[in-house]
Amino acid sequence: MNMDKLKSKQLKEGLLDYALYIILGIMILTVIIIDPKFVSIKNFTNILSQASTRAILGMGIAGLIVLQGTDLSAGRILGLSGIVAASLLQDINYAARMYSDLPVLPLILPLLVSIAIGVTFSVINGFGVAKLKLHAFIVTLGTQLIAYGAALIYIDRPPLGAQPIAGLDERYTGFVRGYFKIGVGENTFQLPYLILYAMLIAVVMWFVWNKTKLGKNMFAIGGNPDAAAVSGVNLFKNIMYVYIIAGVLYGIAGYLEVARIGSATSITGQNYELDAIAACVVGGVSFSGGVGTIPGVLIGAVLLQFINYGLNFIGVNPYLQIIIKGVIIIVAVSIDVRKYIEKK
Amino acid sequence: MTESKYLLEMKAISKSFPGVKALDDVSFRVKPGSVHALMGENGAGKSTLMKILFGIYKEDAGSIFIEGKETTFPNPKAALEQGVSMVHQELNQVLQRDVMDNILLGRYPQKGIFIDQKAMYDFTKNIFDDLGIDINPKSKLANLSVSARQMVEIGKAVSYEAKILVLDEPTSSLTQQEVNHLFRIINLLRDRGCGIVYISHKMEEILEISDEVTVMRDGKWIATEEAKDLTTDKIIRLMVGRDLTNRFPPKTNKPGDVIMQVKNLTGKYQPSVQEVSFELRKGEILGVAGLVGARRTELLETIFGIATHSQGEILLHGKAVDNKDSATSIKNGFALLTEERRATGIFGGLDIKFNSIIANIDGYSKYGVLDDKKAREDTKWVIESMNVKTPSQKTQIKALSGGNQQKVIIGRWLLTDPEVLLLDEPTRGVDVGAKYEIYQLIIDLANKGKGIIFVSSEMPELLGTCDRILVMSNGRVAGIEDTKNLDQEKIMTLAAKYL
Repeated sequence: MNMDKLKSKQLKEGLLDYALYIILGIMILTVIIIDPKFVSIKNFTNILSQASTRAILGMGIAGLIVLQGTDLSAGRILGLSGIVAASLLQDINYAARMYSDLPVLPLILPLLVSIAIGVTFSVINGFGVAKLKLHAFIVTLGTQLIAYGAALIYIDRPPLGAQPIAGLDERYTGFVRGYFKIGVGENTFQLPYLILYAMLIAVVMWFVWNKTKLGKNMFAIGGNPDAAAVSGVNLFKNIMYVYIIAGVLYGIAGYLEVARIGSATSITGQNYELDAIAACVVGGVSFSGGVGTIPGVLIGAVLLQFINYGLNFIGVNPYLQIIIKGVIIIVAVSIDVRKYIEKK
Repeated sequence: MTESKYLLEMKAISKSFPGVKALDDVSFRVKPGSVHALMGENGAGKSTLMKILFGIYKEDAGSIFIEGKETTFPNPKAALEQGVSMVHQELNQVLQRDVMDNILLGRYPQKGIFIDQKAMYDFTKNIFDDLGIDINPKSKLANLSVSARQMVEIGKAVSYEAKILVLDEPTSSLTQQEVNHLFRIINLLRDRGCGIVYISHKMEEILEISDEVTVMRDGKWIATEEAKDLTTDKIIRLMVGRDLTNRFPPKTNKPGDVIMQVKNLTGKYQPSVQEVSFELRKGEILGVAGLVGARRTELLETIFGIATHSQGEILLHGKAVDNKDSATSIKNGFALLTEERRATGIFGGLDIKFNSIIANIDGYSKYGVLDDKKAREDTKWVIESMNVKTPSQKTQIKALSGGNQQKVIIGRWLLTDPEVLLLDEPTRGVDVGAKYEIYQLIIDLANKGKGIIFVSSEMPELLGTCDRILVMSNGRVAGIEDTKNLDQEKIMTLAAKYL
């Protein structure tokens, strides 16, 4: 009797721990039942492509959340670095080039510029958190506005005025949107490079988080900053490194995202940070700090994109979709918090 | 002859915090191969002195010498590198990570750019084997008991192979066996020539393990003497600065009829209390003793309804009461003085008046508006009857001393007119002089017919003020005895009953 009770209690707890995944699974299943055509390699590669840049952004933000912080500026930093990259990689024959005299640049140069922009902003964020002891929410709220303002100024210039930066160099779009053909004849499918880039970054980040000193220190600082300090961990240095890595990822994500979309405007990247934070939270990165995994972030990003894409696919009202997204975030955090509340 | 005969010398150290002179010209010296106890009341400056040694605080004046060489400690890392390690009073651990991650925090071994997990495991295993600690290096810290965590912390401090090891209240959550184990480790290190600074409030421990004792009071150095020349009374005299002929007020209360019964109380979320039953009489002071982890706080919280029970009942005057949350418990005539005064007792930035009336706020509400006149009168009553030393009602409570803060909070609960007072470590962080006043208050309350449950880690104060003592062990009642039939040894034996 007692054993049964215990077992049913454990089952209930277990179900609650996985409730979010169960709900998301049911949603995806529902989509499939309503329209079985949803299950196709093309749809799945589309979903993974779309999830890729969010996942890269998410892996950057996840480190900051592990440090008990957050980042509201990530989306705008992605936007700014993407805009600048796009302006440097417009097709030489495109009429409305921002820099009409610019020679054809190697692809790597604008990527480095994007990364430099990402790092510049995240250094400001990191310094604010690690040295000035600002709450990450506040300092990144500030840099979000700064990045947005900078993007507007950059894009709005005579003689053309504020208009989308389009006409991207085909080398650039091909670098991102290109794909490997896998299989032969009827059974070929296309694996976009973008997915591979995200996977590659995920592998590197997994090593950083799990196999390096910096990763261990990050979890220690996020789990208990005092313990880290008295154990001789240099908090400032380690926090700065985690922010700088995030900045590198924002820059890369900006560079890739603009090529994926095909143009850049001042709203590029808007609210991306919220999607990325949602991916982290759904993937089990805890806002209490010190807890999270890279595979978790990837699963979070992909699941959310699945829902997004699936709901679109079966024609759910887009406004309703926003509401559903909101509900998912609240459910995710409730379940996460539940694990850490001390029950009395 | 530059060789110093001292391993560590701290000379004329001073340190001020806003409004407080924490250390005033303190000197402290430790010989190699010796255990040097550092004693003093809470707030005497022991921890501040050690935090300066460890680079957590920067001294305003003074100098530090290690083996005769002047050094500075800008941060803990520098201290560790120069052979000073420390077991901190508050366990500074990352609970979500495993034991070896914690042991090697700040100095992970690397293979190329990657962490060498195997080296971490071997290192931890070796340390634990060497010290006879039986804990799996791969256990997650959150899954270990508090005493196991403390042993991990001790293992970590030793593993730095430091010349100077500071132990700040290392035994607060250890059982007697584990304390003996720790003492074996300390003796081992002493034989290896280490200097050990040992901070503790437990006199017997100090006299057993130390070679020298330094006493501090109010941020000043008072005396350094050989341990063999000291007695408990002498140490107390040095700590307090005067003879404390009577550490406890005369017991004048007379227990009457049973006021509250607790039957078979078991917490819903274990580890918590299990099958606890006892009675409390009107005008009785019932002490509750036990080690850290004995679930004494959980007992009070379960009675008060802020922790849930899965079975058992609480009877007041023979009638079952449903203490389902704190508001109901207060209505039913219960009051709980919490253990962590700063965390769950005071509203630090708010004034004495707010802190006095907050638990009884319904009593001031007239048509939804608070009656300020009554609030002022009641606050005046709290200040006068509890003998709170404060410039005014408008003073922020955090500006008062620990003892005065505690008196305000006791007063706060008296305003709710309780029948049963649950006091969790009411004298923690309170000076010896103010402790006496709090004992007197408790006895006065018993005289007025209140039933009082008094949880404390300091056995002498339980033996000095309580009528009976309930000893808990691992969530269970190990025994309830008349105080006159008990002594510290008997309490300790009972406290270890269910371990």
